[in-house]
Amino acid sequence: MAWFEKNETPPQIPPAKALWAICPKCMSHMPKAAWKANNSICPKCNYHGRLAARERIAQVADEGTFAEVFREVSYSDHLEFHDATGDYKTKVEATIAKTGEKESVVMGTCEIGGHKAMLGVMDFAFMGGSLGTGTGERIARACEQARKERRPLVIFSASGGARMHEGILSLMQMAKTSAAIGLLKEEGLPFISVLTDPTTGGVSASYAMLGDINITEPKALIGFAGRRVIENTIHQKLPPDFQSAEYLEKHGFIDKIVERKDLKAFIAKMLNYWGF
Amino acid sequence: MATKKKQTPAAKTVKTPSAMDRVKLARDAKRPHIGDFINYVLDDFEELHGDRLVNDDRGLVGGFGTLAGRHVLVLGHNKGETVEENMASNFGMANPDGYRKAMRLAKLAEKFHCPVVTFVDTPGAYPGREAEERGQAEAIAKSLEVFALLKTPVVVVITGEGGSGGALAIAVGDKVLMMENAVYSVISPEGCAGILWRDGAKAPEAAEALKITAPDLKRLGAIDEIIPEPAGGAQKNKKAACLAVKKAVAAALDELDAIPCDALVEKRYAKLRSLGNFY
Ligand SMILES: [Zn+2]
Repeated sequence: MAWFEKNETPPQIPPAKALWAICPKCMSHMPKAAWKANNSICPKCNYHGRLAARERIAQVADEGTFAEVFREVSYSDHLEFHDATGDYKTKVEATIAKTGEKESVVMGTCEIGGHKAMLGVMDFAFMGGSLGTGTGERIARACEQARKERRPLVIFSASGGARMHEGILSLMQMAKTSAAIGLLKEEGLPFISVLTDPTTGGVSASYAMLGDINITEPKALIGFAGRRVIENTIHQKLPPDFQSAEYLEKHGFIDKIVERKDLKAFIAKMLNYWGF
Repeated sequence: MATKKKQTPAAKTVKTPSAMDRVKLARDAKRPHIGDFINYVLDDFEELHGDRLVNDDRGLVGGFGTLAGRHVLVLGHNKGETVEENMASNFGMANPDGYRKAMRLAKLAEKFHCPVVTFVDTPGAYPGREAEERGQAEAIAKSLEVFALLKTPVVVVITGEGGSGGALAIAVGDKVLMMENAVYSVISPEGCAGILWRDGAKAPEAAEALKITAPDLKRLGAIDEIIPEPAGGAQKNKKAACLAVKKAVAAALDELDAIPCDALVEKRYAKLRSLGNFY
């Protein structure tokens, strides 16, 4: 399910150009500072680049309202997994040190434009945003707390899929999260899923596609199988915009592509329409 | 934990097949497939076709039948027995249409309080252009939600290859049984080796590390019961293998009979909830 490892490696930047950002969609160069100043959006092609979970939370939650929950829930190395490049435990501990996060989704209660909500934001920098047991557990707990407190649920996904280092139990998180989301929706609570770049594999094939509405940002990559896997299976080249946000909207799987600057207001507006 | 994993060779009296040995057995073309299960496990069967939207996927088949005197819905991946069938069904790699057909029939079974029995045997969901355009991810996701909340008993049998999300889409149930030499994994050993070992030939190492055999999965709580196979594997005696499956499924259905449907969904959720909760 984790067929998107290639996307985890940033485009090759020669050391002399370490101060330059390259847009992965249109390959245009700009100073890193300019990229950041433009909220990680490409000024040339409007590709909405990846944000750290905390950056996203700051843009979506009303100021001072975000209260993190379930931070004690982290990864599990129940398989004592190691491969040719080393131990899972070593890699994930390095990720924790680098990102300051303990799992690939950050969860908390907050208000969005004055509407109370349970907000989850995935961080692609944490093991490619992969779905581990801790990720699934945080999401399931969030659904349960949202039901108890009658909070709408909003999740921003960014993930290459299930975390294979946690084996079958990572696959089981797809079922666990989908069940928890299903129970939440059955109780008349809304789930808004925001699929950001990239949302693929076991995450798109579970909670991320189960929103009462599924929305995304311009040019985000969204799909199930990887482009290379598909091309090798069907022996055909795929169109360049295959699995883009625009392609999915055209095929009926995305309710709306929303610009980053409008996301918060859009979510608040929908919650308002639905009486929350 | 680290010490427990080490087994001294002297302690082994019978040679246990390696994870990769089981992968080969699980993929053996002579292993019982959905047609054999319908033939030997059911007394009668009527296949029903189509997702009511675009297609009748051959990679996943379904229909109603009788199992040990009980009326059930049967769903299963279909690898096909002939080259033509293999092609038509993509070797059991279902399209979104297949999962949507499964959901449609599952809701029908729920309506009439028929238990559902699923036979899982797929390398994975089909990675194709149309599959993506018709929402492979959405179809699998929705299937997980539908089966988790289905108000009728669901018995799952992993019979061969349990290939990641494409398998899981019809493998959420009240009892998950697994044939002795079947495998069930988040990613194929070859796929995992290609990514984490940068070498597809390291699949045996990946298979070992991923813990994909029935005994390992039972230890992890991902499955409930192991169904024994004839000596040497199910392909040595299909009929005996299928009859062992029939016995195990009938016993599971008997056990689930006593539970009211609302309690069933609650219990199913509680079980999913316990998977990978280490905190
Ligand atoms: Zn660009």
